[in-house]
Amino acid sequence: MNREKVKSPVLRMVGITKRFPGVVANDSINLELYPGEVLALLGENGAGKSTLMNVLAGLYDPDEGEIYAQGKRVEIRNPQDSMHCGIGMIHQEFALVGNMTVAENIILGLKEIPFVPSMTEVKEKIKELSKRYNLKVNPDTFIQNMSIGEQQRVEIMKLVYRGANILILDEPTAVLTPEEARDLNRIIITMLSEGKSAIFITHKMDEVIQFSHRVQILRKGKSEAVCNTKDVTQRDLAKLMVGREVLFRIEKKAFNPGSVRVKLEHMSAEDETGRQFLKDISFEIRAGEILGIAGVAGNGQQKLAGVLIGLFPVSSGTIQINGKDMTNKPPIQMIRTGISYIPADRIAMGIVGDMSVAHNLAMKKYREEPLSKKGILHSARILSFAKQMISFFNISTPEPSTYVKFLSGGNIQKTILAREIDACRGILVAVYPSRGLDVGATEAVRKQILEQREKGSAIVLVSEELDELIAVADTIAVMSEGEIMGVVDAQTADIEELGMMMAGVRRRSS
Amino acid sequence: MRIVLAKRETRSQIISTLVPIISFLVSLILGGIVLAFSKANPLDTYVYMFRGAFGNWMAFSETLVKAIPLMLTGLGVSLAFRIRFWNIGAEGQYVWGAIGTAWVMLYWQFLPVQALLPFSLLVGMTAGAIWAGIPAVMKAVWKVDETLTTLMLNYVAILFAEYLYYGPWRDPKGYGFPGSEPFPREAWLPRFLGRAHWGLFIAIIIAFILFFVLTRTKWGLEIQMIGKNPDAARCLGVNIKWGIIMVLLLSGALSGLAGGIEVAAIAHRLQKGIISGYGYTAIIIAWMSQLNPIAALFVAILMAGLLVGGDQLQMMIGLPAAMGLVIQGLLLFPLLAGTIFTEYKIRIKKTKEV
Repeated sequence: MNREKVKSPVLRMVGITKRFPGVVANDSINLELYPGEVLALLGENGAGKSTLMNVLAGLYDPDEGEIYAQGKRVEIRNPQDSMHCGIGMIHQEFALVGNMTVAENIILGLKEIPFVPSMTEVKEKIKELSKRYNLKVNPDTFIQNMSIGEQQRVEIMKLVYRGANILILDEPTAVLTPEEARDLNRIIITMLSEGKSAIFITHKMDEVIQFSHRVQILRKGKSEAVCNTKDVTQRDLAKLMVGREVLFRIEKKAFNPGSVRVKLEHMSAEDETGRQFLKDISFEIRAGEILGIAGVAGNGQQKLAGVLIGLFPVSSGTIQINGKDMTNKPPIQMIRTGISYIPADRIAMGIVGDMSVAHNLAMKKYREEPLSKKGILHSARILSFAKQMISFFNISTPEPSTYVKFLSGGNIQKTILAREIDACRGILVAVYPSRGLDVGATEAVRKQILEQREKGSAIVLVSEELDELIAVADTIAVMSEGEIMGVVDAQTADIEELGMMMAGVRRRSS
Repeated sequence: MRIVLAKRETRSQIISTLVPIISFLVSLILGGIVLAFSKANPLDTYVYMFRGAFGNWMAFSETLVKAIPLMLTGLGVSLAFRIRFWNIGAEGQYVWGAIGTAWVMLYWQFLPVQALLPFSLLVGMTAGAIWAGIPAVMKAVWKVDETLTTLMLNYVAILFAEYLYYGPWRDPKGYGFPGSEPFPREAWLPRFLGRAHWGLFIAIIIAFILFFVLTRTKWGLEIQMIGKNPDAARCLGVNIKWGIIMVLLLSGALSGLAGGIEVAAIAHRLQKGIISGYGYTAIIIAWMSQLNPIAALFVAILMAGLLVGGDQLQMMIGLPAAMGLVIQGLLLFPLLAGTIFTEYKIRIKKTKEV
């Protein structure tokens, strides 16, 4: 019983506090990790999981708190210190150089790197480690020719090569197919048998149950609970994570589709190098219909949304909006057809951070009266328009003139949502609209989307949450590697089947 | 104890205004060290410089003469910088403005003489605009890095101007002096105080128009969007390529106007002396004015004062005139370093002993 507790922890964090402008990301958090165990760090997006782990990785300097590795007090001020303590972290965005080989990438960050490194030695060691942990990594392969799953294994190789005995994985399965996720699990189990330990950041409860021995739940920057995984159910976890009973039900009126608003026929698109990122996509969306797009992140969903508002050119096939051919029209013309767009990366694509909330709210409507006339902006009307939007969409901002980058993530999303919903004239393309939002904000977003549906808009909803898609969407299309694997009715959708299609298995034609 | 930087939660208007002023003072101190090494009393030297630049009406008019092209090139460069297009080719655009203006003045004399001045300045602006438009198109269409193209095109412009006034345009009655024939006297841009001329009013009017355009118009809003987040601007339907090209045409036209006015009001011909680095000083003006057109006017006068004051040093105490340029150069360092204070707060943090 509880053999972990008998041993002393390999890692102990005491009273870690990290503040960012306007938020306390970590509020005196304690954490213990024992040899040979997987600790799941569970929490909603924005709960402070990544921040806490970045403190361990030496990327953030905590404002308060102490860290002990192998029982000794340590100061981790940079990634080197972290590596020195045997800690290695794999971030969601991999730190690999695409046009270099695996072996070259492995030696890149080593501390003692000889002037002329002996590549044969390095390669031998990579092969040996690869065999030991079943990483299936060939030292001579170029990173750019590897799949995401393979690249992740290179990242793991990087850590074990450097002798890390504490592995931190930040949402490692978000980019993996279920099969790849099972492989990852096997690799980690091998490592545990050697006394290494792992921390697993996630917001998915089923993964916690599958992969971890213990689970620590963070909520709003505070540690909510620590428990043995075998003693808890998914339902308990959900409750701890969001702080109340979660209702997965949503009020939704009956499906009552109107005329076809968006129609894609055999549409393909490629990048500058000629690689197809969207292959032969055909579908229709009617007024009052929500088409959900499911898929593992990075399988073309965002590109599909981009194509719909004219960000990327189409190489073949057609896009029709309201019955008119709109293939390869620039964004301004797509916007004029009444399309609204909520981009996935809201800071990078959705707002201009160094401009005021008021201006950001006006960015869809500034071209026409009443906000401007003959090219000249009407500042007073922009301000009163902004005030209306701020109160209607409940955006919390000190002033309409505050730079939007100083708002919290949820309020930034509300700003975008307000602008796009208000300007929406029949078509809404929303990519991960509730990502990173707390439960209240998520509900508000879903409500707005459903309201648009009732008003007769055709809606594309890209989401990585199958539960969300099943609850909100009318039909669900699943994408894998730029192709649509199948389209199913949301009411009768089966999670297992969706999962198969996400992994690239085409739906049996019925 | 450790010193840490914390990101500011709001932008402090006071600090944004203070940074350029303090930077100027720091550069004076740094310049003072250089002066001390040249065995000159820094305080006396600065007094001489100030008197030389602002001490009397004559001195001030000379400062204005240098300030006018600096204002216009400074406005042009600031405009390009607003969309983060690093146009360091104001010098070449200025030279082309001078060439264009001189071309009309010298070879279009079939026009009525009253029409020569406005028409020649217009052609000068167009020439400057085209010279900035080339790198703009290259950037917008093929993503060619603009710092290289704008910089290199400067040398092409300067050498072409030299070719003209040493070669085909050289005044046969000029005793071998490198310069064109003088322009018709009736077409000169009038002066109002010493050599200071109407270009001053043109520059001031343009600065106010620019301020209005940037803060109160649709186009100004789009320029802000392109400069601060081009990806978002694209998603919101702003045509980035057009934006870059239009802004750069205007930026080049302003530097071209500076060159045109300089030959029409001061040199009255295309000659060697007109190429004097205003286009580079304009970069410092753009940064120091924080891309604000009205502020650029004052900063241009300050920079011109350094140049004119530097000239005085040579006459009064035998220091090289380049002293003014040294201080100008020193200005950029504290200015760039100072931006850390607008973005970050400094906090002192106590750490317990391990």
